[in-house]
Amino acid sequence: MSKEDYEIVMGLEVHAELSTKTKIFCSCPTGFGAEPNTHTCPICMAMPGTLPVLNEKVVEYAVKAGFATNCEIARHSKNDRKNYFYPDLPKAYQISQFDKPLCEHGYVEIETEEGKKKIRLTRIHIEEDAGKLNHDEYSGGSLVDLNRAGVPLIEIVSEPDIRSAKEAETYLRKLKSILEYIEVSDCKMQEGSLRADVNVSVRKKGDPKLGTRTEMKNMNSFRSIARAIRYEAQRQIDVLKEGGKIEQETLRWDDVSGRTFSMRDKEDAQDYRYFPDPDLVAIHLTDEYISKIRETLPELPETRKKRYLEEYGLSQKDANLISSSKYLADLFEKASQESGNPKAVNNWIISDISRILNETESEPIEIPFDSHQLAKLVMLIDKGTISSSIGKKVLVELFEKPRDPEDIIAEKGWVQISDEGAILAVVTQILEQNPQSIADYKAGKDRALGFLVGQAMKQTKGKANPKMLNEMFLKELTK
Amino acid sequence: MEITELTVHELQEKLKKQEITITEIVGAYAKRIEEKEPEVQSFVTTLIEEAKKQAKEIEEKVKSGEITSDFAGIPIGIKDNLCTKGVRTTCSSRMLENFVAPYDATVVEKLNQENMIDLGKLNMDEFAMGGSTEYSYFKKTKNPWNLSKVPGGSSGGSAAAVAAGLVPWALGSDTGGSIRQPASFCGVVGLKPTYGLVSRYGLVAFASSLDQVGPITKDVRDSAMLLNLIAGHDEKDTTSAKREKIDYTKCLTQDIKGLKIGVPKEFFGEGINPEVKASLEKAIETYRLLGAEIREFSLDIANYSLAAYYIIACAEASSNLGRFDGIRYGYRTPEFSDLKELYKKSRSEGFGPEVKRRIMLGTYVLSSGYYDAYYKKAQQVRTLVMNEFNQGYNQFDVILTPTSPTVAFTIGSKSNNPLEMYLSDICTVSVNVAGLPAISIPCGVDKEGMPIGMQLIGNKFQEETILKAAYAYEQQVNFREQYKPQFKS
Repeated sequence: MSKEDYEIVMGLEVHAELSTKTKIFCSCPTGFGAEPNTHTCPICMAMPGTLPVLNEKVVEYAVKAGFATNCEIARHSKNDRKNYFYPDLPKAYQISQFDKPLCEHGYVEIETEEGKKKIRLTRIHIEEDAGKLNHDEYSGGSLVDLNRAGVPLIEIVSEPDIRSAKEAETYLRKLKSILEYIEVSDCKMQEGSLRADVNVSVRKKGDPKLGTRTEMKNMNSFRSIARAIRYEAQRQIDVLKEGGKIEQETLRWDDVSGRTFSMRDKEDAQDYRYFPDPDLVAIHLTDEYISKIRETLPELPETRKKRYLEEYGLSQKDANLISSSKYLADLFEKASQESGNPKAVNNWIISDISRILNETESEPIEIPFDSHQLAKLVMLIDKGTISSSIGKKVLVELFEKPRDPEDIIAEKGWVQISDEGAILAVVTQILEQNPQSIADYKAGKDRALGFLVGQAMKQTKGKANPKMLNEMFLKELTK
Repeated sequence: MEITELTVHELQEKLKKQEITITEIVGAYAKRIEEKEPEVQSFVTTLIEEAKKQAKEIEEKVKSGEITSDFAGIPIGIKDNLCTKGVRTTCSSRMLENFVAPYDATVVEKLNQENMIDLGKLNMDEFAMGGSTEYSYFKKTKNPWNLSKVPGGSSGGSAAAVAAGLVPWALGSDTGGSIRQPASFCGVVGLKPTYGLVSRYGLVAFASSLDQVGPITKDVRDSAMLLNLIAGHDEKDTTSAKREKIDYTKCLTQDIKGLKIGVPKEFFGEGINPEVKASLEKAIETYRLLGAEIREFSLDIANYSLAAYYIIACAEASSNLGRFDGIRYGYRTPEFSDLKELYKKSRSEGFGPEVKRRIMLGTYVLSSGYYDAYYKKAQQVRTLVMNEFNQGYNQFDVILTPTSPTVAFTIGSKSNNPLEMYLSDICTVSVNVAGLPAISIPCGVDKEGMPIGMQLIGNKFQEETILKAAYAYEQQVNFREQYKPQFKS
């Protein structure tokens, strides 16, 4: 049997840290990167006698996420305790939601090669994050950092509707984009604020029964998720082809070796002993509250994309790319408005900016300059102050050390040469140095003009006004 | 009368009339503790020197008018499962032997606001699990009426200290009877408020859906006064109720004509000590004389309460006590080779037998495959218990029962028989299961001179009704003047 006889079946459990100012059950800050255990208090350190108080913003953000993913919002919901021992879990239970999640039965629509596809969502629930264990080089042991303990999360659970690594990535990107748009999570994958548990199983095509699945936890880059899925699916197919059986287990993906490893021994099968948290009252949401949240829901990627096609006349491909990230979309709209040249802004985003992001493996949110600076760049080119080739250099500068493009060109002496006399001097000099090109041109080889302009640009380090150069060469050559 | 025999409202009167001073009060208690604590063993931690110092400071501030509270300088004892900033809170467990909380429980904060003086932290059954205070890691508290008897539990230190005059009043906590049963055994007044009336913030949790903090006092007026101080919504405890503030002393009048009292026959049947029964019957007669309408009725769900109670309480406890893992605070085993062993040994060595028993029970009833048969069913029983009490309150204002089927038992007689120990909670647990308020007041002594307690149960947030009923009886019978602890050995 060949690989083509099997299909991959996947479901994703995505954890997104919510960008509330304070933690889910206490008023500690949620910011990333603080000194260990400085964002802690008796409550998130689980000191005896302390009690949780639910942060209402968390409910609001989760309901927003529910609406943005077409979920039904539960009027009655509750918090449950998931009991297990681990040093990063100070209460020895995580407050989560078991049988009554805030949101259920939603879907996210993705674009695939075969067209649009709905990935169904089982549920979205709220829970608290755990702390972190840091290896202590000095003692060889582990140290507990509880800064992250109690940071609010939503867990978004999909149905097993995903059929390929590509689909998984597209789904995850779409989800990320939605969460960014509704501003409930910053979705910074490197900081772990968006991470996914991936359930993978394979089955023979046409088989209605699901195969045994394995789970890979806490994946936090698109690239490794896709790689891990491909590897794991192939591993499962190989096992089955050899007549073996897939064990249901949790696996760890190792990015370096490109393999999955078994994480827990089976004897340790966890029984989380879920039960309703008696320290917290049940969550009751009124219709009024729910509809109020629905009203505040901002424009979602789909709507923006439509607008970009209709209002700005962007191509399908460009509109897709720009609307996929709220940050890019905002950058595009603001810079377009300020510069009055959406076409140019679009070009910058889809070509040079995207290229630099790709090269540096960065996310749009990491773009260091703002829409004002981008607009300024566009306007400087439009006014003829700089050429577009200088513009590209300015952009590189903006990525390195964002500041006013005008200051950049002044500092670097990049102002375009548009003085007729200066241009003429360059043209004369280049013509003197290249008699052969003059002859070629006169013999009908138009390419020679391009060569001469190129030489002149080189001579002026790209600062000469290309339009004027062209005109001047033509004039001199046809004299 | 000795200073240490006075109630708090009597102390307040004398302070007002300037017949005594705060330093005299604290001095008298310091002396009394020095004399009697070696016999009673009610404290885990005493704060005598701190208290004396505080007394002087507060006295100055009262003189200068800086402090005006009527409770300024009044001493109190605090059960050792209520967190006190800077003073260790042990829960009478090896696990927390050296634990010092960096915060005050909300109720403690409220007392501090009144400039009351903490005389110390009172002994209890480990993590409030038990009915005799024999399960304390540190010491066995003795019953001041007879030192060979238990004081009850789990707030045994609180009740014994109040009875012995080592503190004028105390705070206890009640999960299944832990205020009322020791109050009954020690001949004092114990009130368990409605679930949600008093904040649980800073009370080290045993069973979160059942725990309440409440007063243990010499008389009913003091009980109402201490309730005034500790009741009220707390933003830190979302299970605490938002209600209008009530002055619970206002309801204390002798007139209870027409008060409808229900007597559930299930509480007077099998297993009840005849002397306790006779004493209760006499109390019922007294109520009749005072003009109350008494009627017997059936509360048969009460038979299932005990089972439901132990399932729910142990389930919650198994989860609540998970945090004592030797990682961040509390006892850690000195030697371990890996994480699993660190957990195992720290918890095995840090917890006593009763706590372990309940953690295991609770873990079992929450386990997958058993959840429905135990925890879920217990929650269903809980709803039925509430419903049946509700029906009772359609007919009655107060439900009257014994607080415990027996008087205080001999130290060591039940500590090796957990089941028998659990049965001594039979009269009190349904009140916690239903979340109702109840008060235990002394209503007599048996032929050996051991106090007998009567429990008055009210409808939700009807503390005034039971306080009023208790006060009327107390005024009529005057137990405190008739009987005094003998410190028999």
